[in-house]
Amino acid sequence: MVDIKHLTEDGIDILVVVGEVDASSSIQLDSAIKEVVENGASKILIDCRSLEYISSAGLGVFMSYIEELKQKNISMVLTDLSEKVHNVFQILGLDQLLTICENREAGMEKLK
Amino acid sequence: MKYRITIACTKDKLKEIRIFVRKSLQNHGLDDVQISAMVLAIDEISANLIIHGHDCNPKDKFELNIEVIKGKGVIFKIYDDGDIFDINSYEAPNIDDLIKRQRKGGVGLILVKKIMDEIKLDSVSGKTCYRLYKNVEID
Repeated sequence: MVDIKHLTEDGIDILVVVGEVDASSSIQLDSAIKEVVENGASKILIDCRSLEYISSAGLGVFMSYIEELKQKNISMVLTDLSEKVHNVFQILGLDQLLTICENREAGMEKLK
Repeated sequence: MKYRITIACTKDKLKEIRIFVRKSLQNHGLDDVQISAMVLAIDEISANLIIHGHDCNPKDKFELNIEVIKGKGVIFKIYDDGDIFDINSYEAPNIDDLIKRQRKGGVGLILVKKIMDEIKLDSVSGKTCYRLYKNVEID
């Protein structure tokens, strides 16, 4: 239900999330972030333009990395959230705790 | 209008639930963000019942009814014979605390309570009925 593509550009690890992240698929998002963190990423951009749905299981994955990324001095931004996906982050106030940029260009700029 | 579906208790059925809720709520004058929020709330409570109430047992089933009432809103009724979970007594964890403890779960029911206007529990024919009310303008 979710496909995650990993690419690098200008030293930034980009994860493109395609599909739906719910209780049955959130483990794939978790594994993808874990892998880039373990491989020494210092800047991570999560491209959400093709993220069609996210439930609390997906939000929980992002929440669980906030502290670890801070400790390891790793920057992470989320970009290109649709209105309905952004609304889910807003309901919990996570839009204030995570860095969310309007599009990939703004996210890349933020990470430079 | 009334809609009804019976669902087996496996996590891969969550998508089917979301499609059913979305289709049921379409064509009633609701916008996409309103529909998506209700889809999310029902997905969350269903995931909770499937995972915690039934241990993802595919032999177990629960029933979801949706009633869309003009001038009133939407009533979701879930009939379930798993362990009763009193969502109204559920004490929401502190988000900052969850982040510090690097917890991956624990926010699903917060979403349900924030999205829905009222939640009631009662017993119907030996089953627990979870009633979730959303006050929205219906055409």
